[in-house]
Amino acid sequence: MSVDTTKVAKSNATAAATPAKPSKLGGAANWADERLGIGSMMKKNIRKVFPDHWSFMLGEIALWSFVTLLLTGVFLTLWFVPSMNEVAYQGSYEQLRGVYMSEAMVSTMDISFDIRGGLLMRQMHHWAAMIFIASMMVHLMRVYLTGAFRKPREINWVIGMLLLLLGTLEGFTGYSLPDDLLSGTGVRAADGFMKAAPVVGTYMSFFLFGGEFPGESIIPRLYIIHVLLIPALLLGLIAAHMLLLVYHKHTQWPGPGRTEQNVVGFPMLPVYAAKAGGFFFIVFGVTALMGGLMTINPLWKYGPYDPSKVTAGSQPDWYMGWPDGALRIIPGWESAFWGVTLSWNILLPILILPILLWVIVMMLPFIEAWITGDKREHHLLERPRNAPTRTALLVALMTFYGLMWAAGGNDLIAIKFDMSINAITYFMRGAVFVGPVIAFIITRRWCISLQRHDNERLLHGWETGVVSRSADGGFSELHLPYTQEKQYALTARDRDEEKTYTSESDVDENGVPAPDTRKNRLRAKLSKFWYGPAVQKPTAADFHEAHHHGDHAEVGAGEGSKELH
Amino acid sequence: MSPNEITPHEQAEAEPIADPGLPAHQWRPTDLDEKAAKRAERQVAAFFITSIVFAILFVVAYFTLEIGEDWDVFMGFGASTAALGVTLGMALLLIGVGIIQWARKLMGDHEISEQRHPAVSSPEDREDVLASLELGIAESGISRRPLVRNSLLGAVAALGLPAVVLLRDLGPLPKDVVDPERGKGLEHTLWKKGERIVRDVIGTPILASELQVGDLVNCQPEILLATDERGNHILHGVDVQVGKSKASLILLRMEPDDITHGRGRENWTVDGIVAYSKICTHVGCPISLNERTTHHLLCPCHQSTFDLADSGRVVFGPAARALPQLPIAVDGEGYLVAQSDFTEPVGPSYWERDSK
Amino acid sequence: MLLIGLLMTGGLYTAFSPATAQETKTDAELIQQGRELFLVGCSSCHGKNGEGVSTQREGQIKGPSLVGVGAAAVDFQVDTGRMPMARPEQQAPRKEVLYNDEEIAAMAAFVASLGPGPAIPSPEDYSIDDLSEEERVAAVARGSQIFLTNCTACHNFNGQGGAMPEGGYAPSLKGVESKHIYQAMLTGPQSMDNFSNGNLSPEQKRDVIAYLRAIEDQPEYGGFTLGGLGPVSEGLFGWLIGIGGLVGFAVWIAAHTTRSTKDKVEA
Repeated sequence: MSVDTTKVAKSNATAAATPAKPSKLGGAANWADERLGIGSMMKKNIRKVFPDHWSFMLGEIALWSFVTLLLTGVFLTLWFVPSMNEVAYQGSYEQLRGVYMSEAMVSTMDISFDIRGGLLMRQMHHWAAMIFIASMMVHLMRVYLTGAFRKPREINWVIGMLLLLLGTLEGFTGYSLPDDLLSGTGVRAADGFMKAAPVVGTYMSFFLFGGEFPGESIIPRLYIIHVLLIPALLLGLIAAHMLLLVYHKHTQWPGPGRTEQNVVGFPMLPVYAAKAGGFFFIVFGVTALMGGLMTINPLWKYGPYDPSKVTAGSQPDWYMGWPDGALRIIPGWESAFWGVTLSWNILLPILILPILLWVIVMMLPFIEAWITGDKREHHLLERPRNAPTRTALLVALMTFYGLMWAAGGNDLIAIKFDMSINAITYFMRGAVFVGPVIAFIITRRWCISLQRHDNERLLHGWETGVVSRSADGGFSELHLPYTQEKQYALTARDRDEEKTYTSESDVDENGVPAPDTRKNRLRAKLSKFWYGPAVQKPTAADFHEAHHHGDHAEVGAGEGSKELH
Repeated sequence: MSPNEITPHEQAEAEPIADPGLPAHQWRPTDLDEKAAKRAERQVAAFFITSIVFAILFVVAYFTLEIGEDWDVFMGFGASTAALGVTLGMALLLIGVGIIQWARKLMGDHEISEQRHPAVSSPEDREDVLASLELGIAESGISRRPLVRNSLLGAVAALGLPAVVLLRDLGPLPKDVVDPERGKGLEHTLWKKGERIVRDVIGTPILASELQVGDLVNCQPEILLATDERGNHILHGVDVQVGKSKASLILLRMEPDDITHGRGRENWTVDGIVAYSKICTHVGCPISLNERTTHHLLCPCHQSTFDLADSGRVVFGPAARALPQLPIAVDGEGYLVAQSDFTEPVGPSYWERDSK
Repeated sequence: MLLIGLLMTGGLYTAFSPATAQETKTDAELIQQGRELFLVGCSSCHGKNGEGVSTQREGQIKGPSLVGVGAAAVDFQVDTGRMPMARPEQQAPRKEVLYNDEEIAAMAAFVASLGPGPAIPSPEDYSIDDLSEEERVAAVARGSQIFLTNCTACHNFNGQGGAMPEGGYAPSLKGVESKHIYQAMLTGPQSMDNFSNGNLSPEQKRDVIAYLRAIEDQPEYGGFTLGGLGPVSEGLFGWLIGIGGLVGFAVWIAAHTTRSTKDKVEA
C-alpha cells in the first residue's frame, strides 16, 4: 500500500516525496549500494511500519538510557583509576584530607570535586543505571501483561531476561567500583554470599578477591567486567533483541483494520525515526536534569571503605533490594554436620531464590503455551483483563517482589512510619507467602468483573445519564450503543478454548493409553484453571437477543437508534 | 487498502461485530491551514534555537563556576553541578521536544499498513535446507567415521582444561594463606595473647579504669594502627584491610551483675567490660548499633540482633550464630589486652567451618 | 495533698543532706531551688531523691536512678525538651523545652549534688570557633573518621538517624547544638552508649562536632539530597521522577494531536 504524499503538510512534502532528479542523496546511496548492496535491505526497512502507543516506548527508555550509560561511562573512564593502592587523599574535599583510601576512591573524589562536570556525569551515570534497569522491568511487565511474549516472540523474551540479569550484574559491579563505604559494604556482603555456597564457597571468594577479603584485586577485576565484558554482552544481546523486533514486526493493539495479518502504524522514515530519535534526546535530557539536581551516592559523605565502619541505612541499589529483603526476613537457619556448615539463611534468599524467580519468569511464555496448547502466532495484543489468570499471575509475582523490596527497606519504614523493625520483619515473614495469593485472587476477580463490564457495554451500550419514567411508573436510563469501531475493538479477541487433553491424546490408535496420561491430566487441570472463570465476549446471538429483548432498556448494536423500551 | 482485507474464517458467525476497517484519515489543522503549519514550524524552530542558547549557557557555566576547594554556591547547592545539569538537560530536552513536535505537527501522519509474514520459512526452503544439511554431513563422513568425530569432540573438550587451569592463579587456596602469627587465614585474626586493645582510628590503648558503665569503644589490635620510630605505619594497605575485616572489636562496659557468663567464659571479662567481634556472623557487616539499656547489638545491614550480656547470643534476625567473644584481661599498666585470639572463626559462615 | 507530701520530703531532704553542706551559699540555694523543681516535675518517675522508680514488673524501670549522671545529663535532657517525658518509654523524643535556663541550671545542680558525674561542658570543650583554619581542617578530617567509626552505624552517614531494635530509633543530628552533641556523647542519653572522656577524649569529641558542623555547612554539591537516607530513597526517586517522567513523555509522544473535521481541499 502506498501513501498519497501529496496530501502531506506543504512544509515538507516537496523534499520527501519527489526524488525525481538525481540528487546528492541519490549519489551517496548509489556509492554505498554498489559496495554494500544494502538497497534491498533498505527497501524493506525504510518505510517499515511501527505501531504507535505509549506502552511500546518503555523498552525504548531502556535502550536510550543504555546509550546514555555508554556516553557518560566513557567520560568517567577517562579519569577513574581502578586500583586498590592505598594513598592519602590530598584533593579538594577538606573533610577527608589526609585520610588513607584506595586510588579508586581518590579518583572518584577527583571526578566529583576537581573535574568540571565530573560530578554531573557521575550522577547521570548512576541515575541512568537506575532508569535502565527500572525501564527494563516496566517493559517486561508490559510485554507480559499484553501477551506480547507469545509465539513467535518467546526467544526475544528470553533475550530480554538475559538483558535484565546482565543489567543487574552490571549495576552491581558499577556500584562496587568507587570503593566508598557503601560499595565496600556491598562487596563484603557479596563475599559472605559466596562463602555460603556449599563446597566451593571459600574457593570462589579467594579466587575472586585474589586472597582473603578484601584483597587488592577485586576492583580492577570488577572494573574490566563492568566496562568491557558485560557491556559487550549487553550490546550484542540488545542488537539481537532489536533485530528480532524488526524481523517479527511490532505487535499491535486490535482495532478497526488492525489484524493478525498486518501491522498498522507510522513508517520508520520519517515519523518513527523522529519520534524514537526525539525520545533519545528526552531520555538523555531527563537524565541530565536528574544528574544536575538530585544527589545520588554522595560518596564524600560515606568516606572510603573500611571493613570496621558501617552506616545506618546500608542498602544496595533498588534492583538488589528485594534479595536483600529476603536476606533480612529469613530466620537464622544454619546446619552443621560432619564438620561442615550449611548456611540456609544465606543460601535460600541469595543463591537460590533470585535465580529461581528469574528462571520462573523466563519460563512464563513456555509454561503458558504448554498449558493452553496454543501453537498459533500472535501479533495482536490482549488487554490484561482478557487474560485474567496471566494478569493475576504477574500481579502475584509483583506482590512477592514488592513485599521483599519493602522488607529490604524495613529499617527506613521503621523510622519513617514509627514502627518496630522487629514487628515489620515478623509481618513480612508471613506476608510474602500470603500476600501473593491474595493478590492473585483479587486480581483475577477484578479482571473478570472488568470483562463483564465490557460485555455490558457491548450489549447494552453506554449510560447516557438520561433517566425517563415510563407510563407505569418505572424508571429507566437511556443507553446508547458505542460506535462500530469501538465495539469492534472490544470484541477483537479470541474466545478462550479450554483444552481437555483427553480422548485422542490419551489413547493411541490401538487403544493403549499414552504413557504421559498423567501429564496430560495435569495439563487439562491447569488449562481448566487457566481459562476457568474468564468471561467470553458475546456472540452474535447474544447481540441479537440483547437487541430484541423487549423488557430492558437496551439498544441494538451499531444501529444508533434511540428507542426506549 | 480495503476495509475488510481479511475475511474472518470459520468463526465468522460467532463474531458479533464485523471489522469496519481502518478509519478514514483525519487531517490536522497544520495540514489544512498554511498559517497553522507556519506557526508549528516557528514553534519547532524556537525549541531548537532555545536549545542552542542552553548549549552556550552550558559552556558559560563550565568556565565561570568554580569547583574544587571553594565551590560557587547557589541556594545551598553546588552551582556548577546544578547549572551544568540544567543547561545540558534543557539543551537535550528541547531538541527532543522539538523533534517530537515536528513529527506530531508537520510530518506526514498517515498510518500505513504492512502485511505480516509468518516467521516460518516456506516448506520448500526448509526441505532444501534439510537436504543440504544432510548432504553436507554425509560428505564430511562424520556419521560414518565415529572415530574421527569422537576424537575431535574429545580434543575440543580437553581444551577446556587449559582454559580452567589458566584461572587457577586468580587467587591462593584458603589453606595457602594460613599464618596464625600474622593473623592470616579464615580461622585467625591479629589478636593474640597480650595484644593491646586500642581505640579504632585514634590508636590509643584503653585503661580499664577509665571506662564508665555504658561506654562502648570501637577497637582494633594495636599492631594495626602502630607506627615505627619514624612515625610510619607498620602495616599498610591490604594488610590493614584484611586485618580490620576480621579483628574489629567492640568493647562495652556494663554492670558486672548484668552479665550472664557463658560456660568457661567466667574469666573473659574485666570488671564488666566485655569484648566481641564487630563482624556480623550473618554476612559480615560491621555492627555497632548498641542499645545501652538492653545490651542488644543490631546489625544495620540485615537487623540481626545479639545480646552482649549473654555471650553474644542471637536474639533476633537472620544470623544463626552468636557473636564470637574475645577473652580480655589487663596488663601490668592497667591497659586492656587480649588473652588470646578468638576461639572460633569470626564473620560469616562458610562450608569448611566446623560449627559443631 | 501531693504538694504537701512533696514539700515535706523536700524539707526532710534539706535537713538530712550532708553533701550540700560545704557548697557555697548560692550553690546551696540553687540546689534547693532545683530540688523543689525536681520534686514537682521529675520525682514521680525518678524518685524523690533521684534514686529511680521501678515498676511492678521485674526488671522494668519507670525512671532510672539519677545518682551520678551529673549535671551534663540534666542539661542535655531538659534543655532539648526530652525531659520531662510525656510517659515513661524507651524513646525520649525531642520536644519543646519546659524550663528556662535558670531552672535547668538549678535542677542540674541538684542532680549533680546526688553523686559525682560529668559537669556541664563549657564552650571551650565543644566550640570550634577558637581553632585556626589549619587546626579546624585537621580536626574535621580526624572527626570524619571518628564519626564514621563510632556514630554512623546508628545515626547514618549524613547524621540523619536510623532504626534501632523494637521500634527504637537514633535521632537525627541535623541542627542539634554543639553543646548538646557533646553532652550526648558524654552522658549517653536513653539507649545511646556513653563516650565518656575515658572512651573518647574531649578533643576527639570536639573533632566529631567539627566534622558535623562541616558537613552541615557544606553546599549540597550534587543537588537535592532526597532525604540523605541512601539507596532506598534514591531508588524511590529514580522510579518516581525517572520512570514516571519518561513514561509521561512517552504518553505525550504517542498521544494523538488535534484533528480537524474538515477534509483537505486540493489546490
